[in-house]
Amino acid sequence: MPELRETTYLEAIREAMWEEMTTDESVFVLGQDIGVYGGAFKVTAGFLEEFGPERVIDTPISEAAIVGAAIGAAHMGLKPVAEMQFIDFIAPAFDMIVNFAAKSRYRTGIGAGLVIRGPCGGGARAGPFHSQNVESYFANVAGLKMVAPATARDAKGLLRSAIRDPDPVLFFEHKFLYRRIKEDLPVDEEILVPLGEARIHRPGSDLTIVTYGAMLYKAGGAAERIADEDGAQVEVIDLRTLRPLDTDSIMDSVRRTGRLLIVHEASGFGGFAGEITAQVSEQAFEWLDAPIRRVTALDTPVPYAPTLEDYYLPQEEDIVAAARWLLAY
Amino acid sequence: MHVTRALEERLEILFKQGHVVGGLYRSLGQEGTAVASAFALQDGDWLAPSIRDMGALFVRGLDPAEMLRQYTARRSSLCAGKDNTTHFTVPDLGLVGPVSPLGTQLCVLNGVALSFKMRGQPQVCMTYQGEGASRTGAAHEGMNFAAALELPMVVVLEHNHWSFGTRSTSEAAVEKWVDVAEAYGVPCAEVDGNDVLQVYDEAVIAVSRARRGEGMTLIVAETYRMLGHAQHDAQKYVPPEELERWRDLDPIARFETYLEESGFADRAELDRMKIDVEKEIAEAAAVVVAEPAPEPEEARTRVYEDETLAPPAPWTRRDAVYPDLATVTPSQTRG
Repeated sequence: MPELRETTYLEAIREAMWEEMTTDESVFVLGQDIGVYGGAFKVTAGFLEEFGPERVIDTPISEAAIVGAAIGAAHMGLKPVAEMQFIDFIAPAFDMIVNFAAKSRYRTGIGAGLVIRGPCGGGARAGPFHSQNVESYFANVAGLKMVAPATARDAKGLLRSAIRDPDPVLFFEHKFLYRRIKEDLPVDEEILVPLGEARIHRPGSDLTIVTYGAMLYKAGGAAERIADEDGAQVEVIDLRTLRPLDTDSIMDSVRRTGRLLIVHEASGFGGFAGEITAQVSEQAFEWLDAPIRRVTALDTPVPYAPTLEDYYLPQEEDIVAAARWLLAY
Repeated sequence: MHVTRALEERLEILFKQGHVVGGLYRSLGQEGTAVASAFALQDGDWLAPSIRDMGALFVRGLDPAEMLRQYTARRSSLCAGKDNTTHFTVPDLGLVGPVSPLGTQLCVLNGVALSFKMRGQPQVCMTYQGEGASRTGAAHEGMNFAAALELPMVVVLEHNHWSFGTRSTSEAAVEKWVDVAEAYGVPCAEVDGNDVLQVYDEAVIAVSRARRGEGMTLIVAETYRMLGHAQHDAQKYVPPEELERWRDLDPIARFETYLEESGFADRAELDRMKIDVEKEIAEAAAVVVAEPAPEPEEARTRVYEDETLAPPAPWTRRDAVYPDLATVTPSQTRG
C-alpha cells in the first residue's frame, strides 16, 4: 500500500507548485502579497523562505504588468505562474491575456507557456468582486487553455500539467473547495493529470450531467438522491478542463443515456452550457430522447447577502428538479 | 535612417499599387530617435518597438525585406501572414513585437528583463512608446513595475506631438513630459529626438546604468510625426506652418550636414549611399511581391503548439460533412 496523506484542495495546489519549483528551476511565481505574506489564501506560504525572492516575486497591484512580465519571461524559456489574488481581478489583465498571450503563438510562432491561477467562485459570501466565475469571458479566445478542477487530486495533477504546458493556461481554483475538500493522496507517487480529458465521476445509464468545479458536489448529491428516491442512474461527468473541451467524452455519454443536463456555477447566458448544447445538437441530435437543459447561476452579478447569493447560485434542489423533468420526458 | 525612409517610401508605392495589405504607418521625420537609441544596445540585448520604430529593428539586424514581407502578408513573412507591421517576436534578434493596443509591449519586455535579472545575466532591454501610448494603463503599470523591481530597462518616450488626431497637449496635464519620470522615481533624460548624436549619447548612458544593475531610465525625445497616423489620414488637423518648422529639423538632413561639416563624408558619398539603399530595397520589393500568399487553410494552424488541437470546425463551416439524411433515424438510443 502506498503511503497516503490527507490533503486539502488548497494543499494540493501548493504541493503542485512546490514540487514543480523543486524539480524545475525555470518555474517561478509572481503576484500580489504572495511572498512575505504567503498569498491572500496562504497558497504560497513558505515559498519565499524556500525558493528566495528571485523566484517568489511580490509585485505591485498591476495585473497587466504581472501578466505581461509572465509572457516575456515565458518567451525567455521560464515557466511563470502568476497569481490573481481573486480571479475577479483578472479583468485589468484582459488585454494582456487576450491580445498578447493568447495570440502570441498564432501571430509570431513564439508561444507563451504560462499559468494564471486564482480563486474563483461563490458561496463564500464575498460579494460581486470576490466571487465571479470568469471562464465565459475567455471562452471565445482561441489560444488559451482553461482548467477548473473539482478534486484535490485533479487540482494537483492538472496544475502540474498546466505549468508544463507550452501554451497559456488559466487555472480556476474554486475558493469554496480550498479547505472543505480533503482527500487521501499518495505521498510518493507523481500525480499528473493531462489537460483536455474529462472524468466520469459517477457512472449511470439514464441521464448525463456535465459539470465542473464546485458544482460537481451538488450534481453528485443530486445524482445520489435520484438513485435513492427514483431508482434512476445519473452519470456525472466532471469536465476538469474547459479548453480544450473533451467533447468526445460528452458525446459518448449522451449516446449512452439519451438525456443531457449541463450544470455550471457561472451565469447561463453565453456560458459553457450553451456551447456544449450546440455541439451535442450538431453531433448527437439523433441520440437525444429529450431536450437539453441547463442549470446555472442567475444572469445577474453575484450578490452579497446570503439570502440573495443562495438564490443566485444553482442548488441541489434545482439539479434534482431539472433531472426529474428530463427523466420523465 | 536612409534604409528606414527608403523602405517606407517603397512601401508607399506598394500601398498605392495595392500590394500592401491593410494600413501603412510612417515614421517620417522621427526616424532618428529609434535608430540612434538602438545603436546603444549590444549583442544579446532585447528591444521592443512601437509602431514607428522600424529603424531600430534594422539596427538590431533585421533584414529590411522582412518588413516588405510583413506589409504584403507573404507566407514567408515573420508572422506567416497572420499579423502585420512590426508585430513579430524574433528571439534570435532579441525582438519582442508590439500589438495594436500599444503600451503593452513594455509589460512583456519587463518579463524579458526579469529573466535577465533572475539569471544574473548582464543584458538590458529597450522599448519605445509614443506620448499617446504612454497614457495607457499598461504603460503606467509597465513603467512602475520596471521601476519598482529595478529591471534593466530603458524606455524611450517619443513625443511626436500627435496621437492619431489628438494633440499631446490634450492628452496630459504635464507641462514637460520629463516630469512623468518623477512619478515612477526613475532618472530621466530629455533629448532632441531629431539630433541623433544627442539621442545616442543619452541612450548609452541609460543602457550603461541598466547594465550596472541601477534600474530603469526614461528618455523623452522631442520629435515630430510629419505624416498622418496612417496612410488614410491626410493630417488636415495640422497647421502647415508647424510642419514647415519641423521639416527644417529633419534628422537625416541634420546628420548629413554634421557629417559633411565634420569631414566624415562628402555630399557625393552621402548621395550615393542613399541611391544604393533605394536600389537595394527596390530589388528586394520586386522579389517579395512575387512570393506566394499563405494557403487559406493555414488560417487553422499554430493556435496551440499541439497541432491536433487545431480547430477542425466541422459543423460550422461550408466544408462541413453532415450525416446522410437517408441514414438518420429519429432516436438512435430507442432504436
